[in-house]
Amino acid sequence: MSQRTLPLLIINLGGEMIYILDQRLRAQDDNDDKTQRVMNDIVATMFNKAFLEELLQPQDLYSHRALRTVLTRLAHTSIMRLNQASMDKLYDLMTMAFKYQIVLCPRPQDLLLITFNHTDTIKELVKDNPSLVNQINEAQRQLIEVYTPLSDGDFELIRHTLLVLFQDMQIRVSIFLKEKIQNPNGHFVLQTSGPVPYGFEVPGLIRYFNAKGQEVRRTRFPSGGNYTSALRQGSFDLSGDRVTILEMDPSTTSNSTRKQKQADTTPNPLAKEELNLLAKLMGGMEVQKILNVDTGFKVNLLALDQEEEGIGISEGTAHESSRVINIQATQDQLASTELARIAGEFDEGGSLTEGPGNKGDDLLAMMDEL
Amino acid sequence: MSKMYHKEKSIQLKSSASALYNNLSVLRIAPRCITYFTVVHANVVNMVSASWDGLNYSHRQLQSKEGNVATSSSLIMQAAWCVLPSRDLLVLTSQKGIQMYESDGSIMVYWHALDTPETPTAKAVFARGIAAVREKYICVGVSSGSVLVFDVPSKGSNITLSEVLEEHKEAITDMASECSGNLECIADLVSADDSGLLCVWKSGEDFQLLNKIPGFDTSCSSVKLWKGTVIAGYGTGQIRLYEGVTGILLAEVNAHARWIYSLDIAPFTGLLISAAEDSWVRVWHLSLTPETNSVEIEHMYNECVTDTQICGARFCDGDGYAFAVTGYDLSEIIRYTQA
Repeated sequence: MSQRTLPLLIINLGGEMIYILDQRLRAQDDNDDKTQRVMNDIVATMFNKAFLEELLQPQDLYSHRALRTVLTRLAHTSIMRLNQASMDKLYDLMTMAFKYQIVLCPRPQDLLLITFNHTDTIKELVKDNPSLVNQINEAQRQLIEVYTPLSDGDFELIRHTLLVLFQDMQIRVSIFLKEKIQNPNGHFVLQTSGPVPYGFEVPGLIRYFNAKGQEVRRTRFPSGGNYTSALRQGSFDLSGDRVTILEMDPSTTSNSTRKQKQADTTPNPLAKEELNLLAKLMGGMEVQKILNVDTGFKVNLLALDQEEEGIGISEGTAHESSRVINIQATQDQLASTELARIAGEFDEGGSLTEGPGNKGDDLLAMMDEL
Repeated sequence: MSKMYHKEKSIQLKSSASALYNNLSVLRIAPRCITYFTVVHANVVNMVSASWDGLNYSHRQLQSKEGNVATSSSLIMQAAWCVLPSRDLLVLTSQKGIQMYESDGSIMVYWHALDTPETPTAKAVFARGIAAVREKYICVGVSSGSVLVFDVPSKGSNITLSEVLEEHKEAITDMASECSGNLECIADLVSADDSGLLCVWKSGEDFQLLNKIPGFDTSCSSVKLWKGTVIAGYGTGQIRLYEGVTGILLAEVNAHARWIYSLDIAPFTGLLISAAEDSWVRVWHLSLTPETNSVEIEHMYNECVTDTQICGARFCDGDGYAFAVTGYDLSEIIRYTQA
């Protein structure tokens, strides 16, 4: 349908992903520098000029499989790795979060406001890095240029296109269930009260006009809901109050009490393993034996309970550990694809052919510390 | 005060309804005591035939077509029955073209491919908006704003494109023909687009534009024409009634708190149904006084379909005795009957 859907999809889903990853990494690892580096690397790739240019080309939407591949590549831009199961859970969570925002979107052009909410949040996460902030601002300028001329009908077509992609996804998210914004059957709760969208009138009035266009009579009818007048319009500028009341980050609030901080017994053995792997692929360094991570350092990336499809809410946290997402230093399939790609870039005599965020420098610097 | 309608047993669908305007079409076949329903799901149309005694249901799925490809992922925008004096045809409009089937969906009698560019352009290409006009025309809208007029013989597949009407500049959203059965009505067809513009036409060898009623910067997603009155539903949740030929605004209703997705008229009684993403289905009664050129719209009934973004609502009969509703992500057709 709409050929202009992909940029909004990637930026919003990417934004959800970045926010979730940032929350979790900070929750369970005191090393803020490492977390910041991971964030910076992902953001740099996502807002890379060439990447964005490709997204903004008119094109059909990607399938779920292609989408997941792109987002996995994005998540793996830095030293952090997620295994297949972890990535699946992350994908489910961020798609349901975005689906919620699309379904409840009051007016179709609010999709742009939601996108700007995400870019605002990402800017905040990397605010100490002026070059990244600039990249994001530049991306926002391009979005403003492409999307502000579109009519509400055009935006509704984009919304229809997204809704087809997310059709029948009814994964229950524990925080949505708890906050009563999702029903046990997976459908979202739609309120019949609250402010009407900007530019709308509160239902209940019938007006009659004469041939000259003058109002001659008015009657009322009961609307059944409890609607109030619209709030002010959100800002479509580079920065400003977006006014959307859809802020729902699934990893905050009630789950925060469940953050499990596991004691760091050894100083970053996992990071060391990652770098060894990268070093091996880059050639010229000795491969060291990869530790069995399960016996030692277990990282809780997402301490989310009760994410299973088809099961209602259960109270106990006894099975928490089985749902923990482990960062594995083993060479899983996705990692090898991404690393193989990076490796490919080093074939031309050790310099990066494309450089989102000086990846080569970081790696070389880290290797020096070993 | 007792409720005007009560809920009946739902009809299960093979797959859920997509979020599209006017996503429900109903064909009542009195001689066989069955009613057909169609609901679009992505690239497939779900067709259900339901016997009036509630005992027999049969399902059929129709797929979108794309050139010579066996299975197509081309998304369907709308499916609707066109009732002509001699035959009923089921019309599907998609990103690639227009398919016409015999009314039970068994045989495809006609395929019209849209001009799709080699490389994707910013403007999407699709067909949307379907109406049967007078004895022999089926009109279909296109995303460019064109309205294609097809000449349909009383039987067989010799359907031809007879005219292309170019008045709209934005994508067609919906079209409707005069449904009162009154042959004295001058206006035969109304077409609506994403800018809210309404064009009122008289059919014939060459269709004649009677009036262009400007929009107010918001999409008109659903439109009906009854006794010369245009009833239009908008993205702002408002319904407007216009005198078709003159374009005079008769009434404006602040009907819904979200985008309206579907309107329908029961031609024998003047009952009007409106449904929107706000979960509300509302039934109204229209009465027209031609001498004074005035209209009265009286609110009759509200039904809240909990937690549902309604995308289709249709009366199941000409009196408005029963109506059916579809919603995004719902795999059922919900039905209501007068108490």
